[in-house]
Amino acid sequence: MKRLSTLILSLLAIATAHADEVQVAVAANFTGPMQVISVLFERDTGHKANLSFGATGKFYAQITNGAPFEVFLAADNKTPAKLLKEGHAVAGTAFTYAIGTLVLWSADAKLVDAKGEVLKKGGFKHLSLANPKTAPYGTAGLQVMNKLGVADSIKPLIVQGENISQTHQFISTGAAELGFVAYSQVIKNGAIGSGSGWIVPANLYDPIRQNAVILDKGKDKPAAVALMNYLKGEKAQAVIKSFGYELR
Amino acid sequence: MLTDSDLQAIWLTIRLAGITTMILLLIGTPIAWRLARSRSWWKGPLGAVVALPLVLPPSVLGFYLLLAMGPFGPVGQLTTALGIGTLPFTFWGLVVASSFYSLPFMVQPLQNAFESIGDRPLEVAATLRASPVDTFFSVVLPLAKPGFITAGVLTFAHTVGEFGVVLMIGGNIPGVTRVASVQIYDHVEAMEYADAHRLAAVMLIFSFTVLLAMYLRRPKPARGD
Repeated sequence: MKRLSTLILSLLAIATAHADEVQVAVAANFTGPMQVISVLFERDTGHKANLSFGATGKFYAQITNGAPFEVFLAADNKTPAKLLKEGHAVAGTAFTYAIGTLVLWSADAKLVDAKGEVLKKGGFKHLSLANPKTAPYGTAGLQVMNKLGVADSIKPLIVQGENISQTHQFISTGAAELGFVAYSQVIKNGAIGSGSGWIVPANLYDPIRQNAVILDKGKDKPAAVALMNYLKGEKAQAVIKSFGYELR
Repeated sequence: MLTDSDLQAIWLTIRLAGITTMILLLIGTPIAWRLARSRSWWKGPLGAVVALPLVLPPSVLGFYLLLAMGPFGPVGQLTTALGIGTLPFTFWGLVVASSFYSLPFMVQPLQNAFESIGDRPLEVAATLRASPVDTFFSVVLPLAKPGFITAGVLTFAHTVGEFGVVLMIGGNIPGVTRVASVQIYDHVEAMEYADAHRLAAVMLIFSFTVLLAMYLRRPKPARGD
């Protein structure tokens, strides 16, 4: 009898776990890895992660105005901290799930050399950059140009993407010859997939720490906690690394 | 109250909307005239093409304009061959995109105005031996004046309110492509909500005033008869 009730209880637990969904707001640069991870997550835990992709600043506005997100994978560590301070996130849940790698990339296979000398040499009309005021990869790109002493000459050539996806789109369509994007957007089998690129050395910009946090709406939700734990696990971390991110 | 960059964005927006309205007056008038007067089979297809921007999401229109006007697109190759360079990320690129985007707002009110004139005044003008050009300027234009005002105001206002297309092909360059709607979006993204509120309030008051002026100028419906 005791066995039967344990069986029923555990079946119930599985059934409820299956029914559990978690609403996740995901920074645009993490689109690729998160699509892979969510499939693994669903298979391994039975929970379903519903993903929304977009700019971190826009998510902030939506979250503070009652958006139904339960977990937030931001593109920086400032926004989750701000949400925590303002009481929209659950204290003690924030952690760095990935550290971003910046790439200077062009769809043209010959334009960008392995050392990024093209920034000094010029020969392009537009450089695409995510809005440095709002996007961490944009801020990082600006830091690189400042460090190399080319910011003043390149500034008039900058075209801004609203987020890192649009920045990539400007380059991939050829409208801008080159620009700063996330390595995760152009990586394929451990290297830059198409065109040409320069993986910017980490000493040229401040680390892009991308933090995740459980939001108020996800408080005490098993699926939200499960997703956070899953992101810290081996399988997810292997995916994250394969997209060119660093882990602490 | 407003920062310099806000004022720059507003001025740019007004310039974009003004130039787009002028260009569409020149392009839209003959199209509307043909649509109103023609009985040919292509009237339907042409009308549908003109109305397409009403239906297509700005993301679609913007993305394909970006591809078409980029260095590998047909328009981009043409403009490069002509020595103009490519249009994305330039003010004139926005003018071209806005002209597509706002086309129905110019053509449809004009077409209605031309259709409501009917055949009679034109026949009268013809019996008085007025040339078609003369007829257009001394008969059609005065009769269609309310239609021109409506079309002009709607085109202008619609271009002021444009966001998606500009975002897709503009590149957010201060003084060149950063119009007011994009500037507000930037403020929101950067969590500068006070700045966003101020600029949005200016836009709201401006839009309301323009539309109010248009509705007050509308001729009163005729009574009796």
